[in-house]
Amino acid sequence: MVPTQYYLVLSAILFGLGAVAFVFKRNIITIFMSIELMLNAVNLAFVAFSQAFGKVEGQVFVLFVIVVAAAEAAVGLGIIILIQRNRQSLNIEKVNLLKL
Amino acid sequence: MIAFLQQYAFWIITIVKIALLLFIVLTVNAYLTWFERKAVAHIQSRWGPHRVGPHGLLQPAADGLKFLFKEDVTPAGVDRFVYYLAPFLSLMLSLTALAVIPFAPNPLPFKILGEHVYLWITNPDIGLLILFAITALSVYGIALAGWASNSKYSLMGGLRSSAQMISYELALTMSVVGVLLMANTFSLQSIIEQQANAKWGVGFLGWNIIAWTHQGLFFPQIIGFICFFTSAIAETNRAPFDLPEAESELVAGFHTEYSSFKFAMFFIAEYTAMITVSCLATILFFGGWLSPFASTPFWHFTYYIPSITLIPFGLWVIYDGLKYETIFGKLILPAIGFAMFAIGGALIALPAVNDYIQPIFWFTAKIFVFLFFYVWARGTLPRLRYDQLMNVGWKLLLPVSIANVIVTAGVVIARSYR
Amino acid sequence: MSPVLLIFFVLAGLAVLGALSLVLQKHPIHSALSLIVVMVCLAGLYLLMGAEFVAAVQIIVYGGAIMVLFIFVIMLLNAGAEERTDFSKLAKIAGLPLALALTASIAAAVVKPDPGVPAVTQVVIPNATEKISSMLFNEFVYPFELTSFLILVAILGALVLAQREKK
Repeated sequence: MVPTQYYLVLSAILFGLGAVAFVFKRNIITIFMSIELMLNAVNLAFVAFSQAFGKVEGQVFVLFVIVVAAAEAAVGLGIIILIQRNRQSLNIEKVNLLKL
Repeated sequence: MIAFLQQYAFWIITIVKIALLLFIVLTVNAYLTWFERKAVAHIQSRWGPHRVGPHGLLQPAADGLKFLFKEDVTPAGVDRFVYYLAPFLSLMLSLTALAVIPFAPNPLPFKILGEHVYLWITNPDIGLLILFAITALSVYGIALAGWASNSKYSLMGGLRSSAQMISYELALTMSVVGVLLMANTFSLQSIIEQQANAKWGVGFLGWNIIAWTHQGLFFPQIIGFICFFTSAIAETNRAPFDLPEAESELVAGFHTEYSSFKFAMFFIAEYTAMITVSCLATILFFGGWLSPFASTPFWHFTYYIPSITLIPFGLWVIYDGLKYETIFGKLILPAIGFAMFAIGGALIALPAVNDYIQPIFWFTAKIFVFLFFYVWARGTLPRLRYDQLMNVGWKLLLPVSIANVIVTAGVVIARSYR
Repeated sequence: MSPVLLIFFVLAGLAVLGALSLVLQKHPIHSALSLIVVMVCLAGLYLLMGAEFVAAVQIIVYGGAIMVLFIFVIMLLNAGAEERTDFSKLAKIAGLPLALALTASIAAAVVKPDPGVPAVTQVVIPNATEKISSMLFNEFVYPFELTSFLILVAILGALVLAQREKK
């Protein structure tokens, strides 16, 4: 028997680590991966609540999140390929045309 | 002692089953390489291996020894962790896939440590989904091997394989949905059992490839099967879809830089994946362990088919062995032949054992037909070009399998309105 | 400690380690591998909770498609190890404390026992997969159709983006 709280704490830790990675990483692909990590953390909380309440709505929502993540990955990686092609670098600092 | 054993009976039996299955699968793997080389050789009017042992039967053992004793070269500049992880991952995933495959419906006729012993390691309700999950992960072994080797050819092979496997996974999954719609379950055992109620009780009519059951309206899954098997061949990176290791272009593709036992691990993984795919094709489309004949008293003589095949083959092996000049051939072949003869005879003498052996016999026979298909395709079909490969996957197999799903869904709905 | 709790702690520990390694690794492929470890562990946790279908989908879609795409792109672009550049001063000083504060506040919010939330995640939902599918095609049918539209847009977008311009 695992208390619901444990899952939620784990979800919070993973989300926090994802946020840290999002801020600290310099490689665009890794930054993108940290978004996926945060989405996963949220999914964990959804499933934990769904099982705790005995309702499947949470799991349905997880499926939606996964679909959106897949669509996002397709477009995002396309953009990353374009950035690499135009700037010959994956460093986020080099993508600074809008900077003053 | 006995009490201790009985307390942990489930775990002990499971571990023993895993060890047995590993032993059987690795042996079958070894002889599959022999069979493949022999069959391809005969297709190309050659002899194939015939030096080591009678008919080259000891060639797998020689190959295994060679793999073990060869120098294990690690090229300079590789990413060590990933380089070592990749073959391990490939092997582990392809062997794990076998754990969910049910080989026979009934438990062994006797109890061991007070437990029924079923011929599967585990039989979960979502067996098919687990298999697909493992297939989905198995691309990493190849892609990472290609990347970690720090070599252009390997990288090309890895890139090709990851693109190819993602593309064909879609068609593979869609082609099975037709079967799932009719079976209403992900459990592999239930999928087989659902194929048992054939029209007029004629076994093979009920198989999903024809799907003519008592429910009246039916739609054969032959299109689904063709899509499934084609994409499964691509998924296992076998000819004619073996672009990741196309030796005329990429040396050996993703495993160019692997030697010795790490190469053997890729090799075993590939052949195990072939066995898994053959099992899956058998279960999903060809009725698994079900006999193709009717189960009426008139057809009861088909129960003797295992004996009828084993006895003459055993006699022929004895005859062939006695012709051999080497002492070894004179001894080992007649021994094998006599064993086959004896097993065939024993099956006739012991009807209970014979009844029990039926599902296993049919399952194995069907698996070997598919394995032969693999070898046959490799021996006769030319390798596809990369753009052709992508065209077949995306423009042919995927739309056709989606159409198959739609038609099957229509038939299932129409059935429910009658 | 019950076996279920033990399995939970092993999987949770692995997941946290994987997430940490995602942050600490320099090379994108190593980060991607760490993320795959996290995803497989989460799938294991879903199985532990009894959400079989979500676990399978997690591995098939996340592990088998999305992460393969990431690795494919990393291999395609031949991305090297990360370049170290200076952070902005704000990030340097306030980054880690703020991140820790975020984690701590979320954790504190969820740890505080809420009487509305059942304490144990072990409710077995009978026929969960069946319920998910019927819900997907009845109550949530419009969002479901919308996601199909979203995927179509994503496919077109990816095609347009990745296409080389013809000159």
